[in-house]
Amino acid sequence: MITRLFALLVALVLGGAAQAAAPFDYRLKPEKIAEDTWALIGSTDDITRGNGGNIVNTAFVVTREGVVVIDSGPTRRYGEQMRAAIARVTDRPVVRVFNTHHHPDHFLGNQAYADVPIAALPATRAGERDDGGAFADNMYRMAGDWASGTEPRVAPQDVHPGRLTVGGHEFELIALEGHTAGDLAILDRHTGVLFAGDLVFLDRAPTTPHASVQPWLKSLDALAALGAKKTLPGHGPVHGGKAGIEQTRDWLIWLDRTLMQSAASGLDMAEVMRLPLPDRFERMPLARSEYERSVTHLYGAYELRALDSVALPAMQQK
Amino acid sequence: MNGWKWIAACGLAFFSAGAAIAADADPLNSVRWPDLQREYLNDAPVTFDARIEVLAPKVAEDSMNVPVTVRLKGLPDVKRVLVIADFNPIVKVLDFQPLLAQPGLSFRIKLQQASPIRALVQTGDGNWLAGGAWVDAAGGGCTAPSTGRSAPDWAQKLNQVQGRVWRDGQNQRVRLRIMHPMDTGLAPGIPAFFIEQLAIVDDRGDAMLKLETFEPLSENPVFSFDLPDTGAVALRVVGRDNNGNRIDAKVQP
Repeated sequence: MITRLFALLVALVLGGAAQAAAPFDYRLKPEKIAEDTWALIGSTDDITRGNGGNIVNTAFVVTREGVVVIDSGPTRRYGEQMRAAIARVTDRPVVRVFNTHHHPDHFLGNQAYADVPIAALPATRAGERDDGGAFADNMYRMAGDWASGTEPRVAPQDVHPGRLTVGGHEFELIALEGHTAGDLAILDRHTGVLFAGDLVFLDRAPTTPHASVQPWLKSLDALAALGAKKTLPGHGPVHGGKAGIEQTRDWLIWLDRTLMQSAASGLDMAEVMRLPLPDRFERMPLARSEYERSVTHLYGAYELRALDSVALPAMQQK
Repeated sequence: MNGWKWIAACGLAFFSAGAAIAADADPLNSVRWPDLQREYLNDAPVTFDARIEVLAPKVAEDSMNVPVTVRLKGLPDVKRVLVIADFNPIVKVLDFQPLLAQPGLSFRIKLQQASPIRALVQTGDGNWLAGGAWVDAAGGGCTAPSTGRSAPDWAQKLNQVQGRVWRDGQNQRVRLRIMHPMDTGLAPGIPAFFIEQLAIVDDRGDAMLKLETFEPLSENPVFSFDLPDTGAVALRVVGRDNNGNRIDAKVQP
């Protein structure tokens, strides 16, 4: 107990010193991933008070007409610092923001873009409206003061799926679902870069709080058919080829089978959480904790299907 | 010289380890434990025993539905399993008499905040043993209204039982889901309304297992029990809630 207190004091002193030098600085460094195209690559950890929620990939494309932003990050501070990072790359204005889906790490930076049209799929806008307040509270609980002043700003415009040309870049706006009820993928036909949002994870376990596995798998098929040159996943490294799509598909199929077989053999939820992970996932960051979370999110439905034989009321038989 | 010091140090270490076991300090380090020991066990001595495992997630992803499995390995003659959650506004979760069943069981609970979840186990000689696990939680599970209240047909489905049996010749696993709001009485304007008693009885009406249940169990509670295989005989689930509504259903093997 005393050692723990001491460790806490040391952490507070050191943490305080670090923050005094650069208070809540995400140190965002845009990484050029293609012509006109930059990504801000977050860590593959969970949200902590150390990383302030910077566990997500965001991006921007500098076109002749101005900058197109894809996702605004986990907090107001992130959004502001992202905008400052964009201004260090170009003096062109931000003309458009897209939210790929309604999860907090992807849209709680919207406040920093209050003067720019922000668009999202209708289901995403509904999710931002319904869950945004709880998400902001939870971000504050997990990231601490990094999130102070963060409030949900719901995207005010609908995305219209199809082609949209901005400053010489032809963007294909693709309405999909599965990770959430509304997942926007964006393919820049000029560069061949696919901004996949959280439909694609690479080397970081997928999250499922609003997931439907079968539609998600269909969406992965649609993404694979695009033949993108490069993919920016919602979490994990930029990559060529289909590694992210394949790994996400592999995880989802394994998860679906594991939950189905567990329900069919009569396991209860806490027992399912203890099942071993396959070797190929054992070393993937957050695999164990995301698997446990997924059991909570998804197992109830599998269980109900397995319990479908409604017991006969005994009283009516007397 | 060095040799003596070493032996003395070992002796000290041994002594202090022995002292720690004799005092049986709460391994979950909860400030509530002394009060709970007084309230629920009348200050009877409790041994914390590694054979009692409480399986639960480290972090509750859904504070309304925290899955718990109590697993007792090689512990003979268990008469009673009392499950409590230290920091819940309503501490008692269930009080299980296994009778013919295996003494472990699974269920789901609501958590109001991070808390230890404990299984207090009484054996035939009257002694109490305990095991438990901490679950971190954003919380609020006990003061939120049940979700089924907003569905128009919840009253028609009240106390309806879904069940299934998995038999392997020796044992059978019974899984049950009972439609009930399990209102804690802590959500504004909604009185406590929860299942109080449950039993599984055989074809002669003799109880194979019994339990008392309390408000913290999740809405539409799901249970798993392990019983000796009774062959092709249907099991009967009986019970009632605190408003006197009866539960009575047959689960076909």
